[in-house]
Amino acid sequence: MIGLELLQKLFSEGKVSRREFISQAAALGATAALSQSFLASHVFAASSQPQRGGRLRIGISGGSTTDTIDPAASTDMMNQIIINGQLGNCLVEVDHENNTVPELAESWDSSPDAKTWNFKLRKGVEFHNGKTMDADDVIYSLNHHRGEDTKSAAKVIVDSIAEIIKEDKYSISFILKSANADFPYLLSDYHLIISPKTSDFTDGVFSGGYILKKYEPGVRCLTVRNPNYFKSDRAFFDEVETLGINDVNARTNALKTGQIDMMNRCELKTVHLLKRTKGIQVLRQNGFKHYTFAMQCNQAPYSNNDVRLALKYGVDREQMLKTVLRGYGSVGNDHPISSANRYHASELPQRQFDPDKAKFHLKKAGLEGEMFKFHTSEAAFSGAIDAAVMYKESAGRIGLNIDVVREPNDGYWSNVWMKKPWCAVFWGGRPTEDMMFSTAYAADAAWNDTSWKHDRFNELLIGARAELDQTKRRAMYVEMQSIVRDEGGVVVPMFAADLAATSDKVAHGPLAANWELDGLRAPERWWFKS
Amino acid sequence: MNKLTSMITKRLIFGVFTLLVISLLIFVGVEALPGDLAEAILGQNATPETIQAFRTDLKLDLPPHVRYFSWIGSFLQGDLGTSLANGRPIAEVIGWRFGNSLFLAGVTALFAIPVAIILGLLAAIYRDSWFDRFISITTLSAISLPEFFVAYILIALLSVQIFLFPSISAINEDMSLFQKLHAIFLPCLTLSLVVIGHMMRMTRAAIINVLSSPFIEMAKLKGINRGRIILKHALPNALSPIINVVVLNLAYLVVGVVVVEVVFVYPGLGQLLVDAVAKRDLPVVQASGLIFAGTYVCLNLTADVLSMLSNPKLRNPR
Repeated sequence: MIGLELLQKLFSEGKVSRREFISQAAALGATAALSQSFLASHVFAASSQPQRGGRLRIGISGGSTTDTIDPAASTDMMNQIIINGQLGNCLVEVDHENNTVPELAESWDSSPDAKTWNFKLRKGVEFHNGKTMDADDVIYSLNHHRGEDTKSAAKVIVDSIAEIIKEDKYSISFILKSANADFPYLLSDYHLIISPKTSDFTDGVFSGGYILKKYEPGVRCLTVRNPNYFKSDRAFFDEVETLGINDVNARTNALKTGQIDMMNRCELKTVHLLKRTKGIQVLRQNGFKHYTFAMQCNQAPYSNNDVRLALKYGVDREQMLKTVLRGYGSVGNDHPISSANRYHASELPQRQFDPDKAKFHLKKAGLEGEMFKFHTSEAAFSGAIDAAVMYKESAGRIGLNIDVVREPNDGYWSNVWMKKPWCAVFWGGRPTEDMMFSTAYAADAAWNDTSWKHDRFNELLIGARAELDQTKRRAMYVEMQSIVRDEGGVVVPMFAADLAATSDKVAHGPLAANWELDGLRAPERWWFKS
Repeated sequence: MNKLTSMITKRLIFGVFTLLVISLLIFVGVEALPGDLAEAILGQNATPETIQAFRTDLKLDLPPHVRYFSWIGSFLQGDLGTSLANGRPIAEVIGWRFGNSLFLAGVTALFAIPVAIILGLLAAIYRDSWFDRFISITTLSAISLPEFFVAYILIALLSVQIFLFPSISAINEDMSLFQKLHAIFLPCLTLSLVVIGHMMRMTRAAIINVLSSPFIEMAKLKGINRGRIILKHALPNALSPIINVVVLNLAYLVVGVVVVEVVFVYPGLGQLLVDAVAKRDLPVVQASGLIFAGTYVCLNLTADVLSMLSNPKLRNPR
């Protein structure tokens, strides 16, 4: 456990989020008043005052020459940082405390049953082509992802909308198919940025802080500051150059030699060396990203909860975190809700490696000596094979036999995931509990990769979605986490932190954790020190 | 020379046929890979409906042979089609990247070929001397190391330690020729180290081979000096194998440098092909595959023609 002073130092350097700071400080016994007064005095003192100027050069992994600027097909990091962090805006933004704040929408409210949502749009927002934004543009942009024949990867996100009604030029209402208290969150998704209604979605004309100058998919993108940007306190750089650099050594070298100012996804094996390099700072965000070992609960032997519990008790999380993630992350508690989430159940006891309990449940299931085939590949997540072998070793010592089956990287998501009874899975995570649970744990979810059906859980899921009372909502989500932990088909050994590195000339405020690089907003929120 | 023209014609016809077979092989190969473009692009976000919409829109639901023949039909009419993944015209996407690949290969060849041949000649002249051994050991060591290793060593020495050259070579159209040359110095050096050994050894072996012929013995007995024997008598007779190895290395420089492109972030054709295969973007894979195959066919043809010109014996095969 770290001391309060160290915690305060980490927070000042932006290495610990406000949420983490409060929870950790509480754990240290610091009074709420003390930590609040510290926060108040340090939120802005932590970093230099924002100022304009300079060209930010980003070296980024996750670019492909087959990328397109169409937000409906924006699936990888390079496009996300260009479309979401530079060119465009959503109706709603998520801040560093994981709260929804207005962006292109000025305000919103909902009916008491959380089924009808009214949004007031910001007036006088200008697109890059000079057109002023109104309700028609918003409806046009959202409809791009809706309907029977859309190709959008965001279809599943907007599927809950039954109807969009234009009330007047600057207000619209959404009628939802079923109640959803988190609806504003959905509208902050990086696919759902707003284009003018004349756009064909591939011309890069949006309302964001930077205007597209040059774009070569997967290779290079150059944007310049939008002089008419509606946020006066954002978009501090004159220009942003984004280079697709998929090789982690190439990114690291480019940062060391000053050819780029920031990079994402540092190499875990060498990040301790990078940290020591003069002029470079490493940024860490504990977000929602987690790795799971998904068991199909409709297939023997995983249909037996004792087998699932035995496998959950048989994994040495601490060791896996230390070795596979080199400590950059936190241990999981067999449910997908991270400590960055609003309703994370910190009161649930942490599951530990427990040989006796594992043996007990295995014996109860009558499967001692059984061989469990675990399918894995580096495609699942970097280090997945190491993790599997480590799991095999720790479980093997207590008589739990795991056979690691190494699958090819290519086609892993089509041939192994959701097909094999037990496999390793990567989850980027979701910013709300409801999104995470409805994506992969609800009985009828398209990616219910554990084929898990739990009546009480599904009932709570619908109930919590409609519940506007925060206290009741929290209680419901805590119960759901506890159910997944004890009866779900998933081992969640660890949450992985996001690591980025920048030159020490780059400054930033408190970091958002909903996506990598300050919630994909680094180019908009960060600045150069003088 | 008539024989030469008929041979070239025959080879060209055969080359076109080879390309057609290759296009079919590529098509079948990509079809055999698991998943398709719709699944590759939508990834974890894919639902059955969106995948179906994707396939219908791009005609991926048609049977394979229909897609192949419609593609080859428009290709023969000079239409490379558009990328399935982002709808851009393939000619435009490939054009500048192929230009970049040729630029890197060309600059490397301009440096590496003369150096390799001169080193090979010197090694043959001073055969078994310390000079010969030194050249052989260094070039063979360079060739034995994987390209990415050579590349990282050069970056560590010449870029990170002393900042002489940039570690990434992301050239773009805004740069002047001089800036481009400066940017690609390290990949050029890496590739040169990788190819020089091969060409130098072949030059040395070919020259030494010719030096043991009776006519060289004759020339020696006539009292002609060593340098003149090698340049005037041995080199022309050793040209044929040297040309072959040079052309083989040229082909490698154009089509085989994906690893170097990745390490130096160089926008060449290799990375495009890798990305297109990963996303199952078939028209792009086909087009770049054909360009690579065409490069090989043309270079091999050139090698044969040059060999024939340099060696009359080859023109009259028994």
